[in-house]
Amino acid sequence: MKRIGVFVCHCGLNIADTVDIKKVVEDIGKHPNVAHVVDYTYMCSDPGQEMIKSAIVEKKLDGVIVAACTPTLHETTFRNAISSVGLNKYQFENANIREQCSWVHKDNKIATEKAIEIIKSIIEKLKLNQSLSAINIPVTRKALVIGGGISGMQAALDIANSGYEVVLVEKTSSIGGRMSQLSETFPTLDCASCILTPKTVEVGHHPNIKLLTYSEVEGVEGYLGNFKVKIRKKPAYVDWDKCTGCGICSEKCPTKISSEFERDMGTRKAIYIPFPQAVPKKPVIDSNHCIYFKTGKCKLCEKNCPIGAIDYDQKETTIEEEIGVILVATGFDLLPKESIGEYGYGKYQDVIDGLQFERLLSASGPTAGKIKRPSDGKIPKDIVFVQCVGSRDPEHGMPYCSKICCMYTAKHALLYKHAVHDGQAYVFYIDIRSGGKGYEEFVQKAVEDEKIIYLRGKVSRIFKDVGDDGKLIVWGVDTLTGKKIEIAADMVVLAMAAVPNKDTKELAKKLKISTDTYGFINEAHPKLRPVETLTAGIFLMGCAQAPKDIPETVAQASGAAARALTILSKSELEIDPLIAAVDEDICTGCGICLEVCAYNARKLHEIKKIAEVNEALCVGCGSCISACPSNASIHKNYTKEQILRMIEEVT
Amino acid sequence: MVINMEEFEPKIVGFLCNWCSYAGADLAGTSRIQYPPNIRVIKVMCSGSVDSVYIMRALLEGADGVFIGGCHPGDCHYLDGNYKARRKSVLLKSILDTIGLEKERVWIRWVSASEGQKFADTIKEMTEEIKKLGPNPISKHWNI
Repeated sequence: MKRIGVFVCHCGLNIADTVDIKKVVEDIGKHPNVAHVVDYTYMCSDPGQEMIKSAIVEKKLDGVIVAACTPTLHETTFRNAISSVGLNKYQFENANIREQCSWVHKDNKIATEKAIEIIKSIIEKLKLNQSLSAINIPVTRKALVIGGGISGMQAALDIANSGYEVVLVEKTSSIGGRMSQLSETFPTLDCASCILTPKTVEVGHHPNIKLLTYSEVEGVEGYLGNFKVKIRKKPAYVDWDKCTGCGICSEKCPTKISSEFERDMGTRKAIYIPFPQAVPKKPVIDSNHCIYFKTGKCKLCEKNCPIGAIDYDQKETTIEEEIGVILVATGFDLLPKESIGEYGYGKYQDVIDGLQFERLLSASGPTAGKIKRPSDGKIPKDIVFVQCVGSRDPEHGMPYCSKICCMYTAKHALLYKHAVHDGQAYVFYIDIRSGGKGYEEFVQKAVEDEKIIYLRGKVSRIFKDVGDDGKLIVWGVDTLTGKKIEIAADMVVLAMAAVPNKDTKELAKKLKISTDTYGFINEAHPKLRPVETLTAGIFLMGCAQAPKDIPETVAQASGAAARALTILSKSELEIDPLIAAVDEDICTGCGICLEVCAYNARKLHEIKKIAEVNEALCVGCGSCISACPSNASIHKNYTKEQILRMIEEVT
Repeated sequence: MVINMEEFEPKIVGFLCNWCSYAGADLAGTSRIQYPPNIRVIKVMCSGSVDSVYIMRALLEGADGVFIGGCHPGDCHYLDGNYKARRKSVLLKSILDTIGLEKERVWIRWVSASEGQKFADTIKEMTEEIKKLGPNPISKHWNI
């Protein structure tokens, strides 16, 4: 029989005022399992802890209950105290007679009775507590970062600079992400390339970073500290080891097609480097458009390549990596303007989205930074910016705020005015949300110094004027004056809603992490665990989680890297053993536990055909325990028997 | 057996999830919000781990009411344990009906860690409601 010691705390007068400690000690002392009972003013104090420790030794106790405050406060304190004298720390239990008894009742008799019952029920639990030891799992000290935008690069650099290996996988042929498409950044108007290029170059050259561009994650197996990842490297049809990135192939290529990087505002060749500052600066052949791949003729790139780097026979390869932690940074996209009927379903050439306008503003863009409208190259004299296109609009399925548009629209209007002094910019907005360091000042500068006209209201329709001047008629309303507004504009820029990158959902499935209603990746806790997913060892950052601006993205990426480093910095991880187990003699292998487990911690043993628990993934929620029809699922130290005995004790 | 309804003090067994309701009950204490002493709390990690057997056993052993406290919908610490608890409680209540036990004896409520007042109010309300229902008719007075 277990020899339990019960230590009743007065907590000054917090407990002793309401609960008759003497009576508690007297009553509990009569319990057959209680070998020792004593009370003290402050059990958590050093002398209090010493009392517990010496009693364990002298009275040969094999279980300890401290009847005091809530376990949240001192459970760890007392667990450590008992383990310091050799008693297993899972032989400790807290009886909460303060928060849930003495503080919520005034009647001395009732509170005393309740305290005694609480302690007795905890005795029933402790009687069946097993001694457990922490579970150790090994850690592969290497990180996988998915996505080579600013967040992925920041996290990769932070981890690499801490001395650990990083594999950075990027879908396109160059890292840089959305930020590489931007012209200047709010609120300081730094040139995006100027502040981004040092980072892309550092990532490209870092000895600890293995850069896999033009690659995608194919499959992920395993768990925290022990992932096995398959990465598919798409064929570039160019031997990148030989290629020097001179660009002659692109120059000679006869095929011109619309450029994805320029968001259709400019063109590229069938063999191309997406943008001048690309890292790695190596071309790929777009086999869907290449004449050779379509007709078997041409080969101009091969003929002109000075070092013979073109390789039409290159095949897709699969790379396997063992990984300890995974960081997801898949970024965002803009809602296609084709989805908005009232603004012409994308059919007017001079109605463009925010990122297209970035390309027009960019010095390295298709117009070399000159603001020319796409239809005829005319410089627009009246330009309308429309905010919240799709965002904050439940009818389009996006009730959320895209967060970055208020600021980038102000920036767009301001940069427009810097370039076209005699032009007039109008901004339609619902609210201006400019929280951030220097943000509100930036917006005010746009309004006051640049005389940009801000109109509070939505745009109901955009359509082409009947005349041949190519004007776009913008119908809107100014809700502050209650007047209808009609503007004949030369160009319209839509601040489209930020939506998750289209491949995010598929990747989330491979990683077994969850996404929200809109397809953004879910964080483990919106406040306290914002950079972790609920799957242990997988972290998230940047716009994959929700729309956010560059400073916030960089901060979150560093945060995710720091959390990932808490795992990478250890060769073994200790996991709390209060998790599920399986009674192999009873389990029938029905598989219900596999279905209810939200953490994929359950699987059927291939040969034995009974359920198993992956100790690294199980979080000890107990869902499988109550779902198991044959009582084969066991929650360590929260077993059914323990709970039933507690129920019997209190009823 | 005649019970004086004036003196009847119901016994309520409460299963509180570690992350929300148990912490909510703690907050009621920290804030010194008084509530009836009729509840005995059994801490569970998640409301989703509350087996229907626990609830039945509590009722058979003489509890006049059973309270299950979980995180608010969408806030479950373990993703969806509270939904599992809700589904199970609906099924269990339909069984209670068939054995002649009022399904109003089993309460499932969402109480977050910041809702100390709500926890106290809920327990107060439940105690009053169970008082109106009277003692558990099967409990330990059963004759078989």
